[in-house]
Amino acid sequence: MQGLITHKLSCIRGEQSVFTGLDIAVNPGRALLLSGPNGSGKSSLLRILAGLLPPATGRIDWEGTNIAADQDAHRARVAYIGHEDPLKPNLTVMENLSFWARMYGFDPNIEPALFQFSIESLAGVPVKYLSAGQRRRTTLARLALGQNSEAGPALWLLDEPGAGLDRGAVAMLANTILAHLSNEGVAIVSTHGDRLDELLAEHADSFDMRKLST
Amino acid sequence: MIGIALLVRRDLRLAFRGSTDAMMSVIFFILAVILFPFGVGSDIKILPHIGGGIIWVVALLAALLSLDRMFAADHDDGSLDLLYLSPVSLGQLALAKALTHWLTSGVPLLFAAPILALFYNLPEAALLPLLYTMLLGTPTLSLVGGIGAAITLGARRGGVLLALLLLPLYIPVLIFGASALDGAIAGRDIGPQFMILGGFLLAALALAPWATAAALRYAID
Repeated sequence: MQGLITHKLSCIRGEQSVFTGLDIAVNPGRALLLSGPNGSGKSSLLRILAGLLPPATGRIDWEGTNIAADQDAHRARVAYIGHEDPLKPNLTVMENLSFWARMYGFDPNIEPALFQFSIESLAGVPVKYLSAGQRRRTTLARLALGQNSEAGPALWLLDEPGAGLDRGAVAMLANTILAHLSNEGVAIVSTHGDRLDELLAEHADSFDMRKLST
Repeated sequence: MIGIALLVRRDLRLAFRGSTDAMMSVIFFILAVILFPFGVGSDIKILPHIGGGIIWVVALLAALLSLDRMFAADHDDGSLDLLYLSPVSLGQLALAKALTHWLTSGVPLLFAAPILALFYNLPEAALLPLLYTMLLGTPTLSLVGGIGAAITLGARRGGVLLALLLLPLYIPVLIFGASALDGAIAGRDIGPQFMILGGFLLAALALAPWATAAALRYAID
């Protein structure tokens, strides 16, 4: 049973230490919920785990191997959802999602993903006409794209994925994450103690970033 | 290669849909080139001599105009993170972006330049050399420009910094582009200028995506 393990990870941003000595371990089929106040380093940690930001010190192991040894392989196993919605306002929901599906080599049939987040009626609508919640759903549908493909990403890194979602959409997100976990996937999710935590509670551990703030 | 094609297709679609950025370069090019005869007077003896140089200088400035958006939109909305995490390498991304930039702000200049040459009474012998030098020179501007666009990514007032960084690098293209036209008007052999411009393009094709990728990696943090 080996998923993701970090050893004495530390992060420095702009000469200021964000956290030091971070040790977490997440087994396959489990989620880790990151909590902590603004600026405690949740987003930085997720970016480090994704390989977008190099850690100041420490190492990250995936199934016993340092991720720095093969960065291409690590990128292929990561699905990252950040704060922003990486969608082009002038393209439709369908065009945005099928672009990412093709770029990542996922199944180009994106309809199941649209249904999973109930945005199928928006497929032909340019993203600029969507509400904030609808945009977020479209962003999250990317998770479903990988899930519905063979050899989709095993490590999901979600930075406040529930922000701006209504109750129904949070449930869709929780179901998507639970399906990923039941598939022996790993998910690390930063939250602000919202409903998503309750829905995932049975399969998730919590980690409070406050313990590390210096 | 598929990744490059996907990116170019998406960015061209974005350029043609709603956004006026793509038309801006060529409209600026046409207006600025037309302005000069009003400033220097319409002396039929002077205009053919300065015409080639002016068209080239304004082409450099027009290329600069849309460069600051080359990566900025993808950087701002988080797409750059996802592109980095995708199987497409940053070098391929740099190549795709330079190609799109050339298609949207380089190629339209090729169509406008021969018409603008009429305003300067450029002799017929200079028309084809003008087209050929621009065909060789403008892709170099887009490729080298990508390096500057990636370096200034995330910087405030990046547009000014971009001009300061890139205009010195554009000087060689300007020198050989303008001197080819001079030579053509005077009836000299301009083969060497073509070769040098072609050499610049090949060197930029090999080196610029690599340098752009290094700068992009630094901008993702």
